[in-house]
Amino acid sequence: MAVAEPLLEFRGTTVHFGPVAAVRGVDLTVRAGETLGVAGESGSGKSTLALSVLRLLPRTATVGGQVLLGGADVAGLSWGQLRAVRWAGTAIVFQGAMHALNPVRRIADQIAEPILLHGSDRDVDGRVHRLLDQVGVPARAARAYPHELSGGQRQRVMIAMALACDPDLVIADEPTTALDVMVQAQVLDLLAALVADRAAGLLLISHDLSVLAGTCQRLAVMYAGRIVEHGPARDVVDHPTHPYTQALAAAHPKIGDPASRLAPHGLPGDPPDPTDLLGLRCPFQPRCAAARPDCATADVTLRPAGEHRQAACVLVDRSLGAHR
Amino acid sequence: MSLLRADDVAIRYGPVRAVDGVTLDVAEGEIVALVGESGCGKTTLATTLLGLRRPDTGRVLFDGVPLPTGGRGLRRYRRQVQWVPQDPTGALNPRHTVYQAVAEGLRVHRIGGDEPTQVREALAHAGLRPADRYLAKLPGELSGGQRQRVVIAGALALSPRVLVADEPVASLDASVRGEILALLLRLRADLGLAAVVVTHDLGLAWHIADRVAVMYLGRIVELGPAADVLTAPRHPYTRALLSVVDGSRDRVVLPGEPPDAARVPGGCRFHPRCPALAGGTARAVAHRCRGVDPVPLTGAGVACHLREALTGSG
Repeated sequence: MAVAEPLLEFRGTTVHFGPVAAVRGVDLTVRAGETLGVAGESGSGKSTLALSVLRLLPRTATVGGQVLLGGADVAGLSWGQLRAVRWAGTAIVFQGAMHALNPVRRIADQIAEPILLHGSDRDVDGRVHRLLDQVGVPARAARAYPHELSGGQRQRVMIAMALACDPDLVIADEPTTALDVMVQAQVLDLLAALVADRAAGLLLISHDLSVLAGTCQRLAVMYAGRIVEHGPARDVVDHPTHPYTQALAAAHPKIGDPASRLAPHGLPGDPPDPTDLLGLRCPFQPRCAAARPDCATADVTLRPAGEHRQAACVLVDRSLGAHR
Repeated sequence: MSLLRADDVAIRYGPVRAVDGVTLDVAEGEIVALVGESGCGKTTLATTLLGLRRPDTGRVLFDGVPLPTGGRGLRRYRRQVQWVPQDPTGALNPRHTVYQAVAEGLRVHRIGGDEPTQVREALAHAGLRPADRYLAKLPGELSGGQRQRVVIAGALALSPRVLVADEPVASLDASVRGEILALLLRLRADLGLAAVVVTHDLGLAWHIADRVAVMYLGRIVELGPAADVLTAPRHPYTRALLSVVDGSRDRVVLPGEPPDAARVPGGCRFHPRCPALAGGTARAVAHRCRGVDPVPLTGAGVACHLREALTGSG
């Protein structure tokens, strides 16, 4: 049986803004029914990577390598084809729903817009009401303006818009960042359920490992524009291999774990400099407590780190060697 | 003995009961986390503790004495209780150097003495060492974590006894967060500083707090030692909050929107969203949940009829 083309594939993807390297060679795949989380801090390149999928980056950006949607390189799509893909094939939920919604148009009209542009114009009202119902926003909100809704409701409206044209792939960039934990849990559950119902793919981007571990099957951790660890989400968060993932995991302690009680640990040193050419060294080496001399002189790429797992760290070789 | 105390404090904005009868003590050198969702009144309570807003009823006491009401007395008070805001970038003037930012409080409060030395000491306490390297820098030349250290140094320059920090790490990257929290613990160890940390983040409370106060709709609904409240929560609201943070338990996602402090429900204010009431666990006390407002806490405990009934019978 032929394996279907992945919904989304990054192949050696790079993004430069002049001398600034935002994304430095990423390989990732999302198939139908899969949920992939991308974790990283500000400047890690995770949002730039998301924007590259629908060619939403500013003109100053240079994209290298390939970004494939359903097997087709997005760089080769005409504007017409790209318009067809946006919303209908792939939809993006941005963070900060207050700013992404038009403040002077009613909610129903905004949800109807992608349907009218990409789908049929029959029974649009009915479709809008079904969408609002699916995302748990009361029907009376259809006639409301964005400022009349709560933050959680607005984020649900954004999700309703993203689902309006039945996309195969949903990309959500920090969809719950400004929301309270309870509302965040509601929105994430909703997103996961809707994606599962349709066997769509989900690429979820967040700085928060616990958000990703709770929602995604797989997790990729980005640092300085690269993937430094990749594997089953729960596994990566509970047993991180890369020293950077370990630091991220320690930042949000497991409540009840005596080791972290009254003992917060940070990561010393400065965030990576995107103009740094790196050359032959591990990008994380300057901040790494476990660094060895060769980390400063040899590039460190992703390598196998256990079952279905990869990490860009020389320590992996040593620990795997020890197990043999 | 309590260093800072909110005594049955209530604050109203028109129909909004932002803080609705809160009693909370902070002991010398103690770190208390005030946790809750947006709109629960935690930030309003913090501004009241800082003497920036006078309570409508109740009072705030420092060292056992009610806060002064006059301008000069309040200014003296605010030296002792310093504010650390959420977003250091917004709190710092982009055209002021680190030196100016830290010295500003000293000048406002007309603290004499050797200003350059005081500024250097404050920066060193905040972990910016050697201080001389940072004095001439502008906020734009610093990382987010360094900016937050500058803000904390500005507070430390006045030799306060309490810091009131509102989401001190919410705007920082995860890897930097631990460093700033470790700093708060170090300040407590080195300078005996107490802190009230306002946060929605229960992990933060686990990391640094001695005691945790959980607020819901203007009231403290659970209060106790951090390890107890966070590992054996007793109020249904605390339980739900913890369950969604910690993915491994059975999640209790509360339905509905965060409540509106302009329309506080009658009876127990949590009853319309209470999983114990909806699930039938609280059937025996349901009439009380719907009809009787639990007595506000004045110390460690849980403001919940179900818990009262359980402890009463057993």
